[in-house]
Amino acid sequence: MAESKTATIADTALQPYWEAAAKGKLLVKHCQACGKNHYYPRPICPHCFSDRTEWLESSGEGTIYSWSVERRASPPYSIAYVTLAEGVTILTSIVDCDFDRLAIGQKVRLGFEQRDGQPAPVFRPA
Amino acid sequence: MSIKGKAYIAGIYEHPTRKADGISLAQIHAEVAKGALEDAGLSRDDVDGYFCAGDAPGLGPLSMAEYLGLKPRHVDSTETGGSSYLIHAAHAAAAIAMGKCKVALVTLAGKPRSGGAPPGGGRGPSHSPDAPFEAPFKPTVLNMYAICARRHMHEFGTTAEQLAWIKVAASHHAQHNPHAMLRDVVSVEQVVNSPIVADPLHRLDCCVISDGGGALVIVAPEIAAQLKRPKVRIIGAGEAIKNLNGGLVDITYSGGVWSGPAAFAEAGVKPADIKYVSIYDSFTITVLMTLEDLGFCEKGKGGRFVADGNLISGVGKLPFNSDGGGLCNNHPGNRGGMTKVIEAVRQLRGEAHPAVQVKNCDLALAHGTGGFLGTRHGSATLIMERA
Repeated sequence: MAESKTATIADTALQPYWEAAAKGKLLVKHCQACGKNHYYPRPICPHCFSDRTEWLESSGEGTIYSWSVERRASPPYSIAYVTLAEGVTILTSIVDCDFDRLAIGQKVRLGFEQRDGQPAPVFRPA
Repeated sequence: MSIKGKAYIAGIYEHPTRKADGISLAQIHAEVAKGALEDAGLSRDDVDGYFCAGDAPGLGPLSMAEYLGLKPRHVDSTETGGSSYLIHAAHAAAAIAMGKCKVALVTLAGKPRSGGAPPGGGRGPSHSPDAPFEAPFKPTVLNMYAICARRHMHEFGTTAEQLAWIKVAASHHAQHNPHAMLRDVVSVEQVVNSPIVADPLHRLDCCVISDGGGALVIVAPEIAAQLKRPKVRIIGAGEAIKNLNGGLVDITYSGGVWSGPAAFAEAGVKPADIKYVSIYDSFTITVLMTLEDLGFCEKGKGGRFVADGNLISGVGKLPFNSDGGGLCNNHPGNRGGMTKVIEAVRQLRGEAHPAVQVKNCDLALAHGTGGFLGTRHGSATLIMERA
């Protein structure tokens, strides 16, 4: 859980993630040992504890798993869990959309926005 | 090896303040410690075990042992958010069973309402390894609990009206508590017509924000035998951490699916035997999901279970949070686990308000969800009986 910007450069294990994000690409981690994907990315697989993990570029296609809108914020903003085609569900925001028409199961498409000085994967209705 | 019957909750104290202007966190810790020891009939010098969580100021137990003048031979600062104090009670029972201490003191204090140092310090949210991947999207306590409610509604057909019944039940209890922040009885309509704060949760689906604190004194059987207060015995406990499972996410259940069965197995009882429950009620959805996960009803049927006053003392089958809970009474330090144990002990002693006292209440359960429901939280279940 997060409240403020955290250093994104000191962690060499995450460098490929941030370099890809700067080019508009979202990477998740794939484990060669157990075959499962995970997110947020870690060098050691949280599913099987193998260190044989590799980067996998997301197709950018996802569906909304759940969502909410922080109505008291000015302006209000959405927050969502989106399940990627690669099977992992990630926390994100749905942008450029009518909040009243958001729905679980809705197809969404990856984009990037600069947030807190770093590229952040957001989604728009597909 | 089990903690069943190895320890008693001998003293409880809930701080009466709901807004603690001009009082330090350390002073509140001290006042609740004093209150709970006096309730038990014990003195400060009897304490040989000390438990506190992330709300304790400064260096936690190091600072508080100095402030309180304690010389503990057993210390535990387990930090699982608002569920910490239930885990402390269980760990105190285990320490007592192992002979590591005989009189354990657990304290909580918080001042989110009047302002004060946030708990957690260096292990707070912004230092979490998931922060770079989540912070940019501005998750809050509100929208992260709301997102769980949304998914629960989608999968199980849970309605806003069903969730509202939980607040309604709490308000029926709070009307009898002179210390409660919200004493007006509310209706389902009032809850669902209150403003949406984070879809699909309304303002009245949320708990209050209050200052305050509480303390427990947990003792060995030979100490309990010398005390005059009604005896409450710890007979089972369970604890668990629920998380995002590396991105294979399911936010429709809590760690109660693990902590509950562990506690029931240790106690040798089942949900149908329980006369009263204290369920940490940060939001209405927290209660609904917890009741399902502990087995009080089938998964997905929590909405029907809580509706029509089923949680109201004297009306329904499973009276809950008879002090008004976090939804109406108080929520010291944004950490509701402590007050859950305290009200369960009052019920087992027969010392709850007469209007909400459960008849022949000889078996009670308290449960805490600390952190963020569904996505990363500590779950702790404690089962107690009248001795």
